[in-house]
Amino acid sequence: MTDWPILSLLIWVPVLGAVPVLACGNARPRLARWLSLLVSVVAFAISLYLIPGFNFDTSAMQFAELHAWLPAIHATYKLGADGISVALILLTTFTTVLVIGGAWEVIRDKVHQYMAAMLVLEGLMIGVFCAMDALLFYFFFEAMLIPMFIIIGIWGGPRRVYATLKFFIYTFLGSIFFLIGLIYLYLKAGTFDLQVLQALPLSMHEQVWLFFAFLIAFAVKTPMVPVHTWLPDAHVEAPTGGSVILAAIMLKVGTYGFVRFSLPIVPDASQQLAWLVIVLSLVAIIYIGYVALVQEDMKKLIAYSSVAHMGFVTLGLFIVFMLVRGLHDAQTAQLGVQGAVVQMISHGFVSGAMFTCIGVMYDRLHTRLIKDYGGLAKVMPWFSAFVVLFAMANCGLPGTSGFVGEFMVILASFKANAWVALCAAFTLIIGAGYTLWLVKRIIFGEVQSEAVSRMPDINLREAAVLGAFALGVLALGVWPGPLTHLMDASVSHLVTQVTATKVG
Amino acid sequence: MMFSMNDLLVMLPELYLTGAACLLLLVDAFLRDDQRDATHWMSIVVLLIGIYLVIFGQPPGTATAFGGMFVRDPMAEILKIFVLGATAIVFVLSRPYLRDRGLMRGEFYTLMLFAVLGQMLLISAGNLVSLYLGLELYSLAAYALIAFNRDSKLSSEAAIKYFVLSALASGLLLYGMSMLYGATGSLSLATIHSMASTTNHPNLLRFGLVFLVIGIGFKFGAAPFHMWIPDVYEGAPTPVVAFISSAPKLAAFAMAFRLLQEGMGSMAPDWRIMLAAIAVLSLAIGNIAAIAQTNLKRMLGYSTISHMGFLLLGLTQGSEAGYAAAMYYGICYALMSTASFGIILLLARAGFECEMIDDLKGLNRRSPWFAGMMALAMFSLAGVPPLFGFFAKVLVLKAAIDGGMLWLAIVAIVAAIVGLIYYLRVVKVMYFDAPQEDAPPLQAKPDFSMRWVLSANALALLALGFGSGPLLDWCQKAFTG
Repeated sequence: MTDWPILSLLIWVPVLGAVPVLACGNARPRLARWLSLLVSVVAFAISLYLIPGFNFDTSAMQFAELHAWLPAIHATYKLGADGISVALILLTTFTTVLVIGGAWEVIRDKVHQYMAAMLVLEGLMIGVFCAMDALLFYFFFEAMLIPMFIIIGIWGGPRRVYATLKFFIYTFLGSIFFLIGLIYLYLKAGTFDLQVLQALPLSMHEQVWLFFAFLIAFAVKTPMVPVHTWLPDAHVEAPTGGSVILAAIMLKVGTYGFVRFSLPIVPDASQQLAWLVIVLSLVAIIYIGYVALVQEDMKKLIAYSSVAHMGFVTLGLFIVFMLVRGLHDAQTAQLGVQGAVVQMISHGFVSGAMFTCIGVMYDRLHTRLIKDYGGLAKVMPWFSAFVVLFAMANCGLPGTSGFVGEFMVILASFKANAWVALCAAFTLIIGAGYTLWLVKRIIFGEVQSEAVSRMPDINLREAAVLGAFALGVLALGVWPGPLTHLMDASVSHLVTQVTATKVG
Repeated sequence: MMFSMNDLLVMLPELYLTGAACLLLLVDAFLRDDQRDATHWMSIVVLLIGIYLVIFGQPPGTATAFGGMFVRDPMAEILKIFVLGATAIVFVLSRPYLRDRGLMRGEFYTLMLFAVLGQMLLISAGNLVSLYLGLELYSLAAYALIAFNRDSKLSSEAAIKYFVLSALASGLLLYGMSMLYGATGSLSLATIHSMASTTNHPNLLRFGLVFLVIGIGFKFGAAPFHMWIPDVYEGAPTPVVAFISSAPKLAAFAMAFRLLQEGMGSMAPDWRIMLAAIAVLSLAIGNIAAIAQTNLKRMLGYSTISHMGFLLLGLTQGSEAGYAAAMYYGICYALMSTASFGIILLLARAGFECEMIDDLKGLNRRSPWFAGMMALAMFSLAGVPPLFGFFAKVLVLKAAIDGGMLWLAIVAIVAAIVGLIYYLRVVKVMYFDAPQEDAPPLQAKPDFSMRWVLSANALALLALGFGSGPLLDWCQKAFTG
């Protein structure tokens, strides 16, 4: 099966699978559910097939596919995956199965449309992670907005229209400057091929402009301070599944963009302006951590904690410049990038799990306010065990996935600059502060009200979804070796790209 | 002046259409009112045969007839195919609307065919006289079509407005042409082109150029010559609006190309800056005014203005790639506007016009399929991938940056962001709002041909988003030869 276009299958099986799901219509929700579960499981199975076929020793793009797309402007349908892509694709297919399982009885209205939107979204996100043509990347990057816009807008909370419009316009605003940057690069290179663009010499002046064009797009998507304000709104109003996808995967698209575009295409400008990104990351880590502390809405709290955790990813990616250019320490630089990618995957599991937990509570009590809960440990023991586990992962306890990425990034930043590391390490305190306080208020203490005391514990389906997340969190926490091994070659290649100057 | 059989062969599609339209008028006079469907289908067949003749009826390549009065080149061929095609789509889409309102009369079809003929002449004009002839033939038919619903006050008002403004614009255009004639001593665009660089009266030419640009701006409906657009879009019968906002934009593109590139190519630095100013104004006025609209047709009218700004972005560059991008944009816009007006036509029924944006409320519950089709059209108009409109925008932006007008490209994308607001609002009311309580049901007796063509039209926007390579190649080859 090695000559099968496996990446194309991964993109188009879910997208085309959405068509029969949509055809089920509103009258046959059961069929729509099973069909979409089937499609997502098939996609997951195909993605698992990436691992045995993957060559761990090379940073080259594997499973490559190349077809003509728009010959008149030299845009091609070019796909390929390296270790980083494969990790993110696996995260995407895994999470989608759980999201579809998680929405089973929760979504009652227009089930077929919800499931179809999720599947289309899955295909487009995989497209982003394996597009090797800049225009194709942009194509998937923007197309993703449409299903998410619909998901938040139809199945969201009371202020869903405001939230979804804000989400769409914010992201569109960011990415359209990115498009101008890509067109500029195309006119310079005569192609949209990402590998050619990565090797294209650019003057410092051009690089700085392009850097900002890229930064706006990816900073909005990641999101970084100060353009993160759409995220809490979108998360609060989105249905559970939408929040999970948003936090677990869509945010990674932003940081993945840094890895594919900012770092290799404009390394010199990135180096010159790394301080800016590092400062913004530290602000996200510390300030947003404090913001999370005062939230009364659980979803908002986790949303802000996501912004803080994504700060670690951007920190890990840009601390590299202080290491390789200033200290010529490529090994530690590699550690920083690896930490960033591990953090991306880990945050996918942890935030996905946290939002699923909040969804479970919301389905029972229809409120997201912390003060309405309390004493869940007494009424929902199984559920509480899961929440505590994920909370521990969220504050980065050793043994969970949250620890690995944060530790690697802090270690790398310590070598670069002790003060940066000190600021970053603050998260261990603040993160523990807001997460544990949240757990204390909702899980422990007296049973808050009679309504809470009647909350049933999780059923088998919910246990399966949360169990799968828990498995991911623990596996990655105890044994991150396979993941780092998977992306070793790609990361060292990235560090080489970052080291070489493109000016002149 | 002598002319041969060969001359007639070059303009075979136009001659055929003239004959066919006259014949149709004659046949229709003998039909009873309940046989009007025959006229409907015949006129569609007439258009389809016209497309066939454009493609296969003549030897390929460039040819001129009547001493250069009439030019047939690859660009003209592509534009004619899409003018005829878009009109055929409009015919299919408008049948239920016309029938419900008792407007299904032979005159509608004949006038439309003559309007198409005028556009085809305009597209192929090689001389100021033939250009003006085509323009006026189209405009005369358009006046009558806009006023076609005689009993409607709005319709008559729109027609009067259009007539007065259009007459003024034609007058200005003629005035400009007279200056061109004065400076170069010729009416032939090819001669004007060669004389323009050596003339002793460059300022006279420049003066004439200003008037030509005004005429072109009016035809496009670009700001500040856009005043007629919102009123005509609101007042005219919806089928006529669907027509006016699709095919004539392609003819306007050809008019601009013939006059500015083939006639005044040597004055490019002058008209480039004029068109750039018009483009900026159109983008700004169109998008900002559209936000405030509650009337859907009016909103789409302002949206047209902004789209013409995008089209001009390509035209402004005066390069082959720029023309190809602008033509590609024009074709894309024609398809998007037939799709979006098609939905309006679908939702209208006897005694009810689907005019307000609120009339679309909860469409996803009433008809998920057509809500989806409208969403495709809206996302395409907004320029979001994976839809056709996105690629059209990429092409014009690329042309603008390539032409050294990065600032204009940035103005355009800011406008695109503003535009997003009102397109998303349409999607919002369809998907996120509940239907109005008195919302009339969709037409009880579905018109199958209309539903199929409308769906195919909207799905084409999606399909062309995934792969419009051949169309793009085709457009580029028209200009690079």
